[in-house]
Amino acid sequence: MARAVSTRTRIGYTAAAWIVALLIFFPILYAIITSLKTEQEAISGFDLIPSFTLSSFEAVQSQNNYWKPFTNSVILAVGSTILALIVAIPAAWAMAFSPTKNTKNILMWMLSTKMMPAVAVLVPIYLIFLRTGLMDTRIGLTVMLMLINLPIVVWMLYTYFREIPGEILEAARMDGATLKDEILYVLTPMAVPGIASTMLLNVILAWNEAFWTIQLTTTNAAPLSAFIASFSSPQGLFWAKLSAASVMAIAPILIMGWFSQKQLVRGLTFGAVK
Amino acid sequence: MGRITLENVTKRFGDVEVIPPLDLDINDGEFVVFVGPSGCGKSTLLRLIAGLEDTSGGRILIDGKDATDTPPAKRGLAMVFQSYALYPHMSVRKNIAFPMRMAGIPEDEQTRRIGAAAKALNLTDYLDRKPGQLSGGQRQRVAIGRAIVREPAAFLFDEPLSNLDAALRVGMRLEISELHNRLRTTMVYVTHDQVEAMTMADKIVVLHAGRIEQVGSPMDLYRAPKNLFVAGFIGSPKMNLIGGPAAAEFGATTIGIRPEHISVSATEGKWKGRIGVSEHLGSDTFLYVEDTGLAETITVRSGGNIDLHHGDTVWLTPDTAEMHRFDDKGDRIA
Amino acid sequence: MATRQTASLARLMRAPAIILLLIWMIVPLGMTLYYSFLNYNLLNPTGTSWAGWFNYQYFYSDPAFFDAIWNTLVLVLGVLAITVVGGIAIALLIDKPIFGQGIVRILIISPFFVMPPVAALIWKNMIMHPSYGVFADIARFFGAQPVDWFAQFPLTSIIIIVAWQWLPFATLILLTALQSLDGEQMEAAEMDGAGAFSRFIHLTLPHMARAITVVILIQTIFLLGIYAEILVTTNGGPGNASTNLTYLIYRAARLNFDIGGAAAGGIIAVILANIVAVFLMRAVGKNLD
Repeated sequence: MARAVSTRTRIGYTAAAWIVALLIFFPILYAIITSLKTEQEAISGFDLIPSFTLSSFEAVQSQNNYWKPFTNSVILAVGSTILALIVAIPAAWAMAFSPTKNTKNILMWMLSTKMMPAVAVLVPIYLIFLRTGLMDTRIGLTVMLMLINLPIVVWMLYTYFREIPGEILEAARMDGATLKDEILYVLTPMAVPGIASTMLLNVILAWNEAFWTIQLTTTNAAPLSAFIASFSSPQGLFWAKLSAASVMAIAPILIMGWFSQKQLVRGLTFGAVK
Repeated sequence: MGRITLENVTKRFGDVEVIPPLDLDINDGEFVVFVGPSGCGKSTLLRLIAGLEDTSGGRILIDGKDATDTPPAKRGLAMVFQSYALYPHMSVRKNIAFPMRMAGIPEDEQTRRIGAAAKALNLTDYLDRKPGQLSGGQRQRVAIGRAIVREPAAFLFDEPLSNLDAALRVGMRLEISELHNRLRTTMVYVTHDQVEAMTMADKIVVLHAGRIEQVGSPMDLYRAPKNLFVAGFIGSPKMNLIGGPAAAEFGATTIGIRPEHISVSATEGKWKGRIGVSEHLGSDTFLYVEDTGLAETITVRSGGNIDLHHGDTVWLTPDTAEMHRFDDKGDRIA
Repeated sequence: MATRQTASLARLMRAPAIILLLIWMIVPLGMTLYYSFLNYNLLNPTGTSWAGWFNYQYFYSDPAFFDAIWNTLVLVLGVLAITVVGGIAIALLIDKPIFGQGIVRILIISPFFVMPPVAALIWKNMIMHPSYGVFADIARFFGAQPVDWFAQFPLTSIIIIVAWQWLPFATLILLTALQSLDGEQMEAAEMDGAGAFSRFIHLTLPHMARAITVVILIQTIFLLGIYAEILVTTNGGPGNASTNLTYLIYRAARLNFDIGGAAAGGIIAVILANIVAVFLMRAVGKNLD
């Protein structure tokens, strides 16, 4: 659709698009601006120019021990992703390259587990965690997050693997490659981009998960989502500090997210839209 | 050495028998083309030889040894795929080197063979590129290069030219023929294009619904098609197949006469008709003649300089010596 | 390529994922179903007894239940309406030739990556706060009385926040679909004399129909489970004004310790989600072949 458009029309579209984009981005932008203000500035009316102080960031760290939930977030997001990949890569590979009559049904069934509302199993999971001592542990939550996202991970990998043409694997076989050679020299290098994308999306999803992290943690294993949710209570009403904590919680994932736009579409629509 | 023998080979997908029991001999050094319409089982047959599909019955012998259960990697065959199947993450050099790396051939020998293959295939300047940066024809040559360096017992080609445009196809056809002349290695080539079959093959195997209709040299098939299917499939433009009283006159259910074996006259002849479409190619003229009193439109191949056009009335005379007769089962009457 | 050895290896490779998900699905769901027929309160664990359908009847007779169903419905439909219509409009806009398209896309997609508690907190304190929020600043600028959003329009406020989070998702997917639209088809329609509006109605919309369906279904799955946004902003109040089914069940389980009641609510949520799921599976399943 590379159609020549007059510059004037283009400027019109550009202006409209930028206005919409900035409006949508505004809450995030304002949180960033507020995080750079002093508490006094933060509550003294609308102002887009902060004094660029980092005191709020320092305060969040020193008063609330920000690094603990941050570390927990990293461990949970990365840990659950790696666990999910370990289970999902062989499964997706088998389904993509040795499909059987049931493969489609298995995939659909996996998808259906994702449809189960979290709240429906809140009671048993809560009780299991209480009784087994998994409550407020990283390991328990890591496994939970892995299970929640496993269907998406299998699906994404499956759609990526399926794009590797079967003929290439056959070519490798004809070229004298053993199964080990085939995996090592042909499949892995071709699958790595897809695996990386899957990993990225899963880290984002796990990082932002905010139901189980809140239900199953108190202080020890609480990641940023649970930590931030605790700010809703009255003692957290310090605008600049609140903003600083928010910005720190979303910044890493926001940046990762920008790199994963395309994968996001594929992952969240289970390959239905590419 | 590359002698391939199929004995009673069958293939079923579930309950569907795509290849009924089939015997075939491919001699060492022969260029054998499997030809047939899509879905005739020609690719399946090639993949059975390659070992990429399991046989449902029968034996495959390579150089006299039973290879039926030998994995593809151990059969010593090289294959060129329709999609080229190059490794997208490897450079051309690495692609060509891959089978040698798998076979554990020493580095300097690898380099020597890559150099030779690249030179022969005009790839020397492209060795460090990735397949994604090459044109279709170049990719095809890389795929061939990858097959050559292994020095296989036989080459298997699965419709290798079908993704190329017409001009390139002719060029690559020549290159593959030259390659065969030079290497004298067995080649098994699958195509749906009878022109490729006619121009390249020592031996053509015409397949239809998994069965071998006829095996023979291109000219055997052209001169003496065993049945209606082969008659209609081999030759371009297609043979005219005429039924009814015109055939009965020659004691056959159907008679076949190739377009080049009909003479045209403006004044006299056996069948009188009117030209529907005339295609002037310069070297030849194809006339599609209607209203001859026969049920079929008759295709005639004539000289390039003939001055006949749509609507002209012409008389056609078949060369009875070149006529093919078929019985009510569609088989050739000797 | 299904040779004998690879087939059995494949079975082995599939097994761990299948077994894990099977356990994950059957065990908790079975427990929920079991608990839903028990009188079971964590505050009085010794008084546990068989309840039959009591928990379901109790849920059914509780006015809060119908409020929650209604709120869930309003929340889901409200967010869907905003995100689908808004998503189509924005997708059409940024598909046009504009300067800095990459940055525009990044700005628009960003809210999706903001975790729900943070999104809720930013909106609650920075934007909608009756004295310090931007909306209040704007109202005062025009000399109007600032609105106390979460007290006066609790459900609407939550819809706005959630719609803000999901608008990028809808936009991105609809944009992806839009970009796969065949340019020649558009030009053919133009040659056939179709105006911009009829091209949109007859070509663009049908082309996006599948993507729109997917957006609606996937969002519905997630929107049925909205939780953190409510927890952070209104706590389901005032009264039950912003309590959805998820939040109601959470309250029963975690604040009232009513295990049996929460389990019964959970089963109802499963049934609701399944109705949506059936449609989603059908839409996604078509893409498998």
